[in-house]
Amino acid sequence: MKARKRKDRFLKGLMFACALIACLILLLLLGEILVRGVPSISWKLLTTESSYRDDTIGILPNILNTLYIILITMIIVIPLGVGAAIYLNEYASNQKLVSIITFASETLTGIPSILFGLAGMLLFIQICGLKQGILAGSFTLVMMVLPTVISNTHESLKTVPDSYREGALALGSGKWRMIRTVVLPNAMDGIVTGCILAIGRITGESAALLFTAGFGLKMVDFFQSLQSSSATLTVALYIYASERGAYDVAFAIAVILIILTFLLNMLASRTASRVKKKRGD
Amino acid sequence: MDAVTVENLNLWYGDHQALFDVNMGIPEKSITALIGPSGCGKSTFLKTLNRMNDLVKGCRIEGTVKFNDKDIYAPDVDVTLLRKKIGMVFQKPNPFPMSIYDNIAYGPRLHGIKSRSKLDEIVETSLKQAAIWEETKDSLKKSALAMSGGQQQRLCIARAIAVNPEVLLMDEPTSALDPISTGKIEDLSETLKKQYTIIIVTHNMQQAVRISDRTAFFLLGNMVEYGTTDQIFNTPQDKRTEDYITGRFG
Repeated sequence: MKARKRKDRFLKGLMFACALIACLILLLLLGEILVRGVPSISWKLLTTESSYRDDTIGILPNILNTLYIILITMIIVIPLGVGAAIYLNEYASNQKLVSIITFASETLTGIPSILFGLAGMLLFIQICGLKQGILAGSFTLVMMVLPTVISNTHESLKTVPDSYREGALALGSGKWRMIRTVVLPNAMDGIVTGCILAIGRITGESAALLFTAGFGLKMVDFFQSLQSSSATLTVALYIYASERGAYDVAFAIAVILIILTFLLNMLASRTASRVKKKRGD
Repeated sequence: MDAVTVENLNLWYGDHQALFDVNMGIPEKSITALIGPSGCGKSTFLKTLNRMNDLVKGCRIEGTVKFNDKDIYAPDVDVTLLRKKIGMVFQKPNPFPMSIYDNIAYGPRLHGIKSRSKLDEIVETSLKQAAIWEETKDSLKKSALAMSGGQQQRLCIARAIAVNPEVLLMDEPTSALDPISTGKIEDLSETLKKQYTIIIVTHNMQQAVRISDRTAFFLLGNMVEYGTTDQIFNTPQDKRTEDYITGRFG
């Protein structure tokens, strides 16, 4: 009896230690980044571009490139992903096909992002003849985050009760009309959650962009950036840390990325909990 | 005159035959009750009348169903229009998660009515017809999901009549409701039959006796007997009908 109690207590302690270590690692990491990064953040860093002549570093082009990539990727991925999910849930009659597509899309989520980068470079740059830039980068990220948007939308469409669909059809609604007026509004929270998660992945992505969006640090306008090498924040972090040895700048970028990720995750879990509340009604 | 005529109707779900050779004429502006034990095919039959069975995969139909003398399974039939003419109320109240007003206006908007004043008018008359106007007139903007089950079901009736149908199909509309709400819906159907042809599936035989003019008894996919409610419940011709209404099985 006593031995068992002792064993219990020992295991409990062990688990606690595991949890503590996990937390400590996270805290150390965050602490290190914040301590080293925050002091390097300056107005000048955020609002200028790097210049070799003046030997100054600014990350405004990278902030803009990140925004451009988010914008273009989302413009393509939302209609594509939501449309695919609507097809899977509302139209597809071959359940076997649906499960194959779902499985394929889940598998895609697990593939290392550098492979997307490689495939994107081959497909968009070598075969389609695009130049390195925001466009090629965005197309590559579309492939990468599409499964996230599809599966979140699909899950959320599944939660819309069939009684709503029957009600609409029994009133003489056509199928698309039913989807637009009754199904989609009730799945909106899940769709938004999926999109926020996708934006999170885009913001944090670097490997898939190295070959496709490129390393360019120069400030160009939006239209030029589409077809000229443009580094996002994460890629810039890599460049400053590895090639220029500007660790303070790298850490400053890290702080910005952490804040962004934190905000996006908060937003996503907020919307997710709103979905749960609604279902509880 | 018969609003709906069914001739030699057979229905299969995949390999399983669910209805056998049903023949039935349903007179207009009356209440026809469909009774029978669970799984006897009465709800399936009801759903063939507005083609809601189209949504069921593997469902196949033979025979004819005529509404106002036109075959509703003819290839040129507009199902949207058919369902506008033949409305449906479901077993579980299924208001949309929108305001009371938008629930009622859903159908009319679907069929092209945009004018605000016209919609206001339809919402008011539909809610009045469904005897729920007094309870809702001050809260039209509130969510329909906040209403009680009985109110939701009357709202669904109002939503169905807002598109001005000729026939109302009711699939056990009171089975999820308390006795008071059930009473209200029964009273309501008495009033509604002046204007609409009502076909109601019910498990509750007292309900069939109380409100219906004619009753059809279904068993194992066959329509065993069909006649005036008086005749079915007082002088059933078929032994199986008698056994069922006297409670020997069910």
